[in-house]
Amino acid sequence: MTQNSYSLAELVIAACAEVWRDDGEVMATGIGPLPRIGAGLAKLSFAPAIQTTDGEAWYTSEPVGPGKRTAEPEFEGIANYDRVFSALWSGRRHALVGPVQIDRYGQANISVIGDHKKPKAAMLGARGFPGNSISHPNSFFFPNHNKRAFVEGEVDFVCMAGYNPARYRNGGPPKGLDLRRIITNLCVMDFGGPDHQIRVISLHPGVTFEEVQDNTGFPLAKISDEIPTTPAPTAEQLELIAKIDPNNVRATVFKDNPAGDRRAA
Amino acid sequence: MIDKRMTVDDIVDQLSDGMTIGIGGWATRRKPMALIRAIARSNLKDLTVMAGYGGMDIGLLAATGKIRKLVFAFASLDHYPLEPHFRNARQAGSFEVLELDEGMYHWGLRAGAMKLPFLPTRVGIGTDIITQDGFDFKFVKSPYEDGEEFVAMPALVPDIALIHAHRSDERGNLLTLSVDSLFDELLVRAAKKSFATVEKIVPTAQLDMKKNSRYNLVERAMITGVAEAPLGAHPSSAAPDYQLDLKHIKTYVESAASPEAWAEYKAKYIDVSEADYQAAIGGADAVKQLPVPIY
Repeated sequence: MTQNSYSLAELVIAACAEVWRDDGEVMATGIGPLPRIGAGLAKLSFAPAIQTTDGEAWYTSEPVGPGKRTAEPEFEGIANYDRVFSALWSGRRHALVGPVQIDRYGQANISVIGDHKKPKAAMLGARGFPGNSISHPNSFFFPNHNKRAFVEGEVDFVCMAGYNPARYRNGGPPKGLDLRRIITNLCVMDFGGPDHQIRVISLHPGVTFEEVQDNTGFPLAKISDEIPTTPAPTAEQLELIAKIDPNNVRATVFKDNPAGDRRAA
Repeated sequence: MIDKRMTVDDIVDQLSDGMTIGIGGWATRRKPMALIRAIARSNLKDLTVMAGYGGMDIGLLAATGKIRKLVFAFASLDHYPLEPHFRNARQAGSFEVLELDEGMYHWGLRAGAMKLPFLPTRVGIGTDIITQDGFDFKFVKSPYEDGEEFVAMPALVPDIALIHAHRSDERGNLLTLSVDSLFDELLVRAAKKSFATVEKIVPTAQLDMKKNSRYNLVERAMITGVAEAPLGAHPSSAAPDYQLDLKHIKTYVESAASPEAWAEYKAKYIDVSEADYQAAIGGADAVKQLPVPIY
């Protein structure tokens, strides 16, 4: 059991890290504990050029994990908000964010549930999602893959542009739109199906395509008839994850911190 | 000699019903809260509030019914991601909104600061930002060979901007000593008039301007008046002078749970003088001891 004893959170972190593999020297923003640890894992292994921040105003030499810190990190540059806007408009950033809803076009929502004028649930507001979506690559993390998150129609308020021809203005997708991957508690997807259709590229161990499709409000494509299994984190990766996250915040993301390989039981 | 010193109440007296007020800071950083509390206590009404990067400023003005229209990109208390009073008011449909992207808000201030009617941007394309009822967004086509069509982000021009800084002299030469000066300079440049509260008004020599040049927010001609308001950003931060007060923010968040809880909070922290407010939050020494937060 020792060899494949890893949690679902650790599997997801390793999958999150992969989004930055070929990005080169860009700002890597992971919102939420698992994407943030994932960015750190990428930086400490196969993507050393990416720049990550302390979550506030500085680029740091080493990734900074979530929660309490034992020492002040080494700062390598300033990342005040004005500079973050400049960096993101340049395109040299890849963000991995956690919206509340996403639809078949990759349009994402963090603003409201229900009517915009008098919402059933008011959330954050659009924040920087509209600008992020048309400026640099974006990927997504959803801790609960279900039809409330992966909605049947369009999301309630489109904060992030997607591949929706009805909203195109210059005869094609918005310039700069580059949606990359979606990581969930069930699988990893991309936008590589016909006409950018969302496509399952790997299933977490013990999860079936039918289970994913049943929890999604729109039809999904498959990378191949036999969908690969999401790679388990290696022993080296698990060590790095523990180093980035000494507070073990990753254990609090999924209820009861389940095992990554659900075939094990 | 130019002397722009005023009191917090003098500044609030400059406001009138129906005005457009721009508020500086970002979420839990350097919000001009002493001014916001004074507005909350006043009889002012029907304000258009421009607070792109909102936090308790939006929440308190929403909870006290001051807002007719809100121009914003988000309202958040960072560690408590959802602003509870903003949420209650939005869900009750209490005011109109124009929801913007963070960068569009920046761009609108930039246009206002440059005295331009708009600036072109791709931001908003493909989203509901440009289709909402809050504003009739127009588009502009590049006159060059590319011919690309852009969103024409209109200038944001508050009647009055309100910001909180660390130091000023009596002429309105300001220092914002925090690592991030946020977008307060653009806000001030965009507004017709701007007022600042500061932690401390000092003689010009004590600004040590040669050493602190990078913290000098804007030339003083842009500042109409300045009021000394120690702890004037609390419970948001004015680091390095003091950090955000997470314990107080928790109390504030809990005050949104019921009308009774809100009445209790309002009586204790809003409907009181700043001196009584400072006593209620444990005094200046306690605030200056607040730990550096982790984001």
